Amino acid sequence: MTSTQKIFAALVLAALVVPFVPGLIYPIFVMKVMCYGLFACAFNLLLGFTGLVSFAHAAFLGTAGYVTGALMIRFGAHPLGVPAAFAAGVAAAALVGFAIGGLAIRRRGIYFAMITLALSQIVYFLAVQFRWTGGEDGLQGIPRGSLLGLDLASDTVMYYVALALFCAGFLFVERVVHSPFGQILQAVRDNEARATSLGYDAGRFQLLAFVLSAAVAGYAGALKALVFGLVSLNDVSLHTSTEVVLMTLLGGVGTLLGPLVGAALVVGLQNYLATIGDLVTVVIGLIFIVCVSFFRRGLVGEFLHWRRRRAERARPLPAREPPVVAKVA
Amino acid sequence: MSDITLQAFMAQLTVGLIGGCFYAMLSMGLAIIFGLLNIINFTHGAQFMMAAFLAWIGLTQVGPWLGQPDLQVNFWLALVLAPALVAVFGMAIERTLLRRLYHLDHLYGLLLTFGVALVMEGGFRYFFGVSGQGYEPPEILQGPVDVGFMLLPKYRVFVVVASLLICFATWYLFERTKLGAYLRAGTENPRLLQAFGINVPVMITLTYGFGVALAGIAGVLAAPIMQVTPLMGGSLLNIVFAVVVIGGLGSILGAMVTGLGLGLIEGLTKVVYPEASTVVVFVIMALALLVRPAGLFGREA
Repeated sequence: MTSTQKIFAALVLAALVVPFVPGLIYPIFVMKVMCYGLFACAFNLLLGFTGLVSFAHAAFLGTAGYVTGALMIRFGAHPLGVPAAFAAGVAAAALVGFAIGGLAIRRRGIYFAMITLALSQIVYFLAVQFRWTGGEDGLQGIPRGSLLGLDLASDTVMYYVALALFCAGFLFVERVVHSPFGQILQAVRDNEARATSLGYDAGRFQLLAFVLSAAVAGYAGALKALVFGLVSLNDVSLHTSTEVVLMTLLGGVGTLLGPLVGAALVVGLQNYLATIGDLVTVVIGLIFIVCVSFFRRGLVGEFLHWRRRRAERARPLPAREPPVVAKVA
Repeated sequence: MSDITLQAFMAQLTVGLIGGCFYAMLSMGLAIIFGLLNIINFTHGAQFMMAAFLAWIGLTQVGPWLGQPDLQVNFWLALVLAPALVAVFGMAIERTLLRRLYHLDHLYGLLLTFGVALVMEGGFRYFFGVSGQGYEPPEILQGPVDVGFMLLPKYRVFVVVASLLICFATWYLFERTKLGAYLRAGTENPRLLQAFGINVPVMITLTYGFGVALAGIAGVLAAPIMQVTPLMGGSLLNIVFAVVVIGGLGSILGAMVTGLGLGLIEGLTKVVYPEASTVVVFVIMALALLVRPAGLFGREA
């Protein structure tokens, strides 16, 4: 077990007892953190491990939320309603991701972010125009339905199902990052020209990563729609896309646990700062500035860096070994 | 086509042309900043908004604040003062924050300017609320003017003429003067330029200030046309980004032509299918990416 897995296991164990201590921390709050945590993990898959910044991630979260919600409202009573609506939501998000990513990937660098931002405006416009999305009202009163005979209307049952889905989502992202595919993504991120010269089609891998990231964001969106029974225009807005950038940056770009920490902090911040109204935007902006200017590694990233440096200092200087010569097979 | 629809058609086209003027000025500013600093200035919209607000504050608030109800900073003064203030504010941010990020991936510059925009928008929202504030154009520009085939508000004609002049002056400055040659040289090879004895860091700061001032002028010009609200810049900037993607950031003329053209197309869409007018620019951007991925005037960044 890597230390990331150990810490994650400890977090999950702590999360298991949350419903028994409602005085300490609300299960609803933890579920919100789990939804946004997954969302940030999806975003980080793209920013941290592929090196692409997207301002369209709310479009994926929202699309999946709308599709899942609309299907649950119509077919929620069906025994297979939840898995079907979930799968449809994720597929819709992946499809939108394919469309946006496919266009954005045609331009590099600085244009990429602007294209995703502009295209996400089209999704927002469609969400306002369509009838099945509820327009300005959004979707309200989405039923939770039941899964494998468990009635999800109970908050406690929903909590444990959400926790299981959250773990599955996180472990999936972790698996992707450590897979050969994930390694290629990081190679493309670090040196695109070299990865190309090694025979990897950089654009195709970036597009795959984009679609995968959109699908995981959609997974988070579908879960969020199910848990809160609510999808609104805010879910497809630029504001939500911004928040996910902040969560990832604050927690640590390119670390697995960073997005979870960032999501917990930002969701918590919103809860506690709800009273100061418009100043929340100012606080969020200031956190952006401080993060970018002074600790670009993010909280988890700085911690890992500090631990590595300490380990290096504690170790006595290694005896000079002869340089390793590449072995000829 | 009956007279009334022709009138409506021309009116929408004029609205489109005015929108196009703002797109042109804003995307030129973005292109200028991108050329030398290599960052996309996400604060551009907030700076546009800030200038409009400063003009409004000057006209309606400063007097009461100072206990002198008659004191007003009029439109013409605001047209100079507000962009200058916004530029100074921008240059301060460039000096203190942005400068530290030049050696890093351009992503950080983008995120930093984005954070600054959030602080500015949130701050104005906190102090002035989200409801729109009206701004009266100066008396000399009030009322209609007959331009031959229709009556237009004088102020709108003034905005079109003024913006075209500013765009042309900027193009001339960058493409036809010695100073412009330095700036273009700085874009190509800043180290070599520095070796020739040009103070490149100062030049970068001033260029940023100039780009921001363009946004500021656009903001003051927009104050009497749009409602002055903290959100007026953000939504405009989204469209300007699409304009910039279509036209490319490589050329100042390209930014200007694309901005004006897309404004006109937006105006036409308002006649044909009003609901789509808010997204037509984004749709055109998507089509342009399919047909000409490098942008109409672009060299690849």
